[in-house]
Amino acid sequence: MRLGNEEIVSMVREATDSVFGTMLNLAVTPVTPHQEPVHPSTYDGVVALVGVAGYLTGTGRISCSPEFACQMAGALLMSEFNEVDEDVMDAVAEVANMVIGNVKTLLEERGGPLALSIPTVIFGRSYKTRSAGVMEWTVVPFKCGEETLEVRFNVMETPKVVHPMLTLEHLHM
Amino acid sequence: MIVDDSAAIRKILQRVLVQAGVALGTVHEASDGNEALAVLKTKKVGLILSDINMPNMDGIELLTKIKEDAENRTVPILMVTTEGNQARVMQALQLGAAGYVRKPFTADQIKEKLTGVI
Repeated sequence: MRLGNEEIVSMVREATDSVFGTMLNLAVTPVTPHQEPVHPSTYDGVVALVGVAGYLTGTGRISCSPEFACQMAGALLMSEFNEVDEDVMDAVAEVANMVIGNVKTLLEERGGPLALSIPTVIFGRSYKTRSAGVMEWTVVPFKCGEETLEVRFNVMETPKVVHPMLTLEHLHM
Repeated sequence: MIVDDSAAIRKILQRVLVQAGVALGTVHEASDGNEALAVLKTKKVGLILSDINMPNMDGIELLTKIKEDAENRTVPILMVTTEGNQARVMQALQLGAAGYVRKPFTADQIKEKLTGVI
């Protein structure tokens, strides 16, 4: 069964609202989602990526400004952060892990077990990212005050691989 | 002891344990199962909160090894994890985990589980 973009948007919204409401006590308001092709623009800020593997293969990522990354870390750890340091990157990684992890749980309910990778966080200026084999991202933005958080997701059905030896055996039969 | 690869989650859980009045002594931290087993070799631990998905040694393997260890098999282990796969959760409970809390969690959810565990 093909997974529709509306389903992904709905799962991402549910997971993001739950994580921000429960762990950060921050209200996020969903903004109109869109599809974005793979030739990405140049980014500034913080991005956290988490891979998904199983009956689906793909990547989830969250991205935001350095200021919002500090705000998220402050809300999560009940401290104040003025710059993106190890603690802030760790907090953003954990937020990504929880958001994408909760989307993963929702995806498991419709198709079977999935595994998550350990999150990777990137902080910099004028960088591009690329996930091999991905044609299009489903981009689900949220507003939190003046700040924007983007949750992106791409998943595709994992191709069924026929083992070469099995094929040969069948040919000999 | 708190076992989680996220320093952020370790800090949050430490705060919750202090609020709940559970953390009366030192709270040891470990970022994966290997580090946790190393702590258990030298320290006496009364309670373990452990993530499931961690690098090097995950929470299920850690749980298995602790339950095989005569010295520590009775230490209550509460799994605190993003893992929502029911099969994995059931596996942890069957292996002897005292309970399970899913991330995101509130401090009250952790405290409630702890009351049943210790």
